[in-house]
Amino acid sequence: MKIVAEPGVPQVLIVREFNAPRELLFRAYTEPELVKRWLGPADLELVVNQLDPRHGGRWRWTHYDGDGKGYVFHGLYHGEPTPERIVQTYEFDQAPGTVYLNLITFDEADGVTTLTQNTVFFAVEDRDLYVAGGMERGIRASMQKLDDLVTELAEEAH
Amino acid sequence: MVLKPSGSEVVLTSVFAALADPTRRAILARLKDGDATVAELAAPFSMSQPAVSKHLKVLEQAGLISRSQRATARLSHLEAGPLREAVGWLMDYRAYWAESFDRLDDLLDDLKEQS
Repeated sequence: MKIVAEPGVPQVLIVREFNAPRELLFRAYTEPELVKRWLGPADLELVVNQLDPRHGGRWRWTHYDGDGKGYVFHGLYHGEPTPERIVQTYEFDQAPGTVYLNLITFDEADGVTTLTQNTVFFAVEDRDLYVAGGMERGIRASMQKLDDLVTELAEEAH
Repeated sequence: MVLKPSGSEVVLTSVFAALADPTRRAILARLKDGDATVAELAAPFSMSQPAVSKHLKVLEQAGLISRSQRATARLSHLEAGPLREAVGWLMDYRAYWAESFDRLDDLLDDLKEQS
């Protein structure tokens, strides 16, 4: 998995390959009972409250932590979702108005599907606030992780 | 994913701007092994000491290093705090999607078997 978050640009790009046809990825993204089986970290339970994959359709899901506290995200699909691309807006329930836009593309070649997730925010501050949120889950970085970070950033700079 | 209350995000932006430069990342990697003078930091690079000093200033303003005077030399010292925060930023975001996509691999295997 490659993740690119450049300084000064309100965008995060993730690229990941899967050994499966894109039709199956599309199902995993658009069927509620399948979405709940993979989306989010294993220690959070996902409840799909609504998922209507069509132009203008709504989606809404909740991540529950071990204490039963729920984090609700919701938005709309823009354009008809297809096995080629899905466009959706995102909003965290506790930060209304701070919307971001997600473009997911599935490119298939020789049975391997490359997924690209392009997330665009209004401002760099919004991006940093959004992605910094995960820090509350309490991972404290060690100096080993500094090595990883430096290596990773160096790789991404090329 | 939880939104973090205000405070650290402005710092993070300057930290990431500071980390964007390969020379500055190399300087940080060198400082993990201990404090160093400008001359020592300049040695591995084909770069003048004033040029290295400029990078050190950016790192200092981002809070990634602190500098102290020892005898006639100015020593740079790695400050772990902001870096940890920046690492946490990337690691948790990465972990969220890496974990999700690993689970998606398993699900896709199941779906392939069924079809």
